[in-house]
Amino acid sequence: MLAQQLVNGLVLGATYALFALGLTLMFGVLRVINLTYGFYFSVGALVALWLARSVGLPIWAVVLLGGVAAGLVAVVVDGVLLTRLRRTKAGELPSLMVTLGAVLALYSLSAIWLGTEIQRFPFDFVDSSAFEIGDLRISLVQILIVCVTFALVGLLFVLLHYTRVGLMIRALAENEDTARLMGINVDAIVIVVSFVSGLLGGVGGVLIGLNFNAIQPFMGETMMLRGFAVIIIGGLGDIRGALIAGVLLGMFEVLTASYISSSAKEAVAFGALVLTLWFRPTGLFGRKEVKRA
Amino acid sequence: MSDFLSVSGLRLSYGRTEAVKGIDLEVRQGAVVCLIGANGAGKTTTMRGLSGLLKTAAGSIRFCGEDITNAPAHKIARMGIRQVPEGRQVFAEMTVDENLSLGGLQVGDSADFRRRREAVLDRFPRLRERLTQHAGYLSGGEQQMLALGRALMGGPKLLLLDEPSMGLAPLFVEEIFKIVADLRQDGTTILLVEQNAQAALEIADHAYVLESGRITLEGPAAEVVNDPRVIAAYLGDH
Ligand SMILES: Nc1ncnc2c1ncn2[C@@H]1O[C@H](COP(=O)(O)OP(=O)(O)O)[C@@H](O)[C@H]1O
Ligand SMILES: [Mg+2]
Repeated sequence: MLAQQLVNGLVLGATYALFALGLTLMFGVLRVINLTYGFYFSVGALVALWLARSVGLPIWAVVLLGGVAAGLVAVVVDGVLLTRLRRTKAGELPSLMVTLGAVLALYSLSAIWLGTEIQRFPFDFVDSSAFEIGDLRISLVQILIVCVTFALVGLLFVLLHYTRVGLMIRALAENEDTARLMGINVDAIVIVVSFVSGLLGGVGGVLIGLNFNAIQPFMGETMMLRGFAVIIIGGLGDIRGALIAGVLLGMFEVLTASYISSSAKEAVAFGALVLTLWFRPTGLFGRKEVKRA
Repeated sequence: MSDFLSVSGLRLSYGRTEAVKGIDLEVRQGAVVCLIGANGAGKTTTMRGLSGLLKTAAGSIRFCGEDITNAPAHKIARMGIRQVPEGRQVFAEMTVDENLSLGGLQVGDSADFRRRREAVLDRFPRLRERLTQHAGYLSGGEQQMLALGRALMGGPKLLLLDEPSMGLAPLFVEEIFKIVADLRQDGTTILLVEQNAQAALEIADHAYVLESGRITLEGPAAEVVNDPRVIAAYLGDH
């Protein structure tokens, strides 16, 4: 039934949007293609799983702390891998290669440590009750996912546009040298941006984990490809674009899975990516860059 | 030795190519000092060295009694050296108001901030009319005023102006030099880099001539402007 698919698609798309938002923030401000970003998604979900199972924390705390843990991991990874490259203005290829190597190592270490079997939240952890409107079922978890996503998107918007830190972040995104001339401590802002984007990716991981109740270390890997699809379709560095493209991608995937075949899902995502790049290389919603006079 | 800004033996390089080859330079408080030289002489490189955007290869920079050689750029800016970079470098995707706020980050949302903002908007009424516009949509001359206003928001002890008249229509060039003259009247200390040597020498107290990374001539601006070599190289009728 279509309405149900649209709801499921919206929920999935919301998590895609959240994940892509962190990626587009990281890319837009720090100007690096950081392939370890997908790993933060896994970290969020794995930490949430551990907190739910071993510590017995409630769901809201698990979502929050999973995100915070992923944010901290992001700060450490960026600091260790990329600070030196940034100082020497090494360019994009070295950072791409370094983060590619690092993310493969991180995935395989966590697979050795935690195994690759799919793990689930404790029975009863996820409240399975739902609202029913006719045939339409909207579960509490789905509502939680959408609410968390919109809350974080709203907070990100406020951070970027209504705070001093946000002003500094946007300045850094536009012109690093000039940002320094304004007295901005770029290293400190880089830490803030890494944390926020890691947090968004990590919360995305927790939410997907809750949505499918299936968690394993490699879950960030396929997500990373979707993240790229979303931010390219939405326009690199464009927050609004990532949001719309994420939701659309989730909806298309769900609709494809239910009306065509679930193995056609990926074809849809990456078909959309290729078509976008073909016809609108700056993304569907990409504004034209404001030109300097 | 002045205790305001003094530079000695400064060398700056890009990789293996040395662009500034050991220069000595002094700026006294309240003075306007100009640095003239042909395209590629190393003027911008010198400015970027002073503001900390480029690491110094050798030599030292002292400002207000402190050694600031290789201090990070944001610390140097916070100490009061404010650079208006070559090509203006306004934040094009931000509004005029946001650009000004970035200049005044250090004073935050204080009475000081509001006073400086009013002073800048009084000095540049065009900016007041365009506060909510994106800086990228301003004309070149307006962007230069914004870049200047942004630097003034930082309450500069020393202003580094890198070719403020570059690429501007003649009317705007005149206006920019008038603004520099006003700033001088108000006692602002300025290090001015210009290719428009005539106008720069008229406004400055002291002048340095930079050629291929070396200072080849220095002296009171009134003398430099009459130096036959300078007349031949920089003040020909063009
Ligand atoms: N980013 C850079 N990388 C390498 N060489 C540079 C760079 N910027 C400037 N140069 C070189 O340094 C020299 C001085 O340049 P610059 O300081 O920009 O001169 P000016 O401002 O006097 O025109 C020139 O030879 C220029 O080619
Ligand atoms: Mg120059």
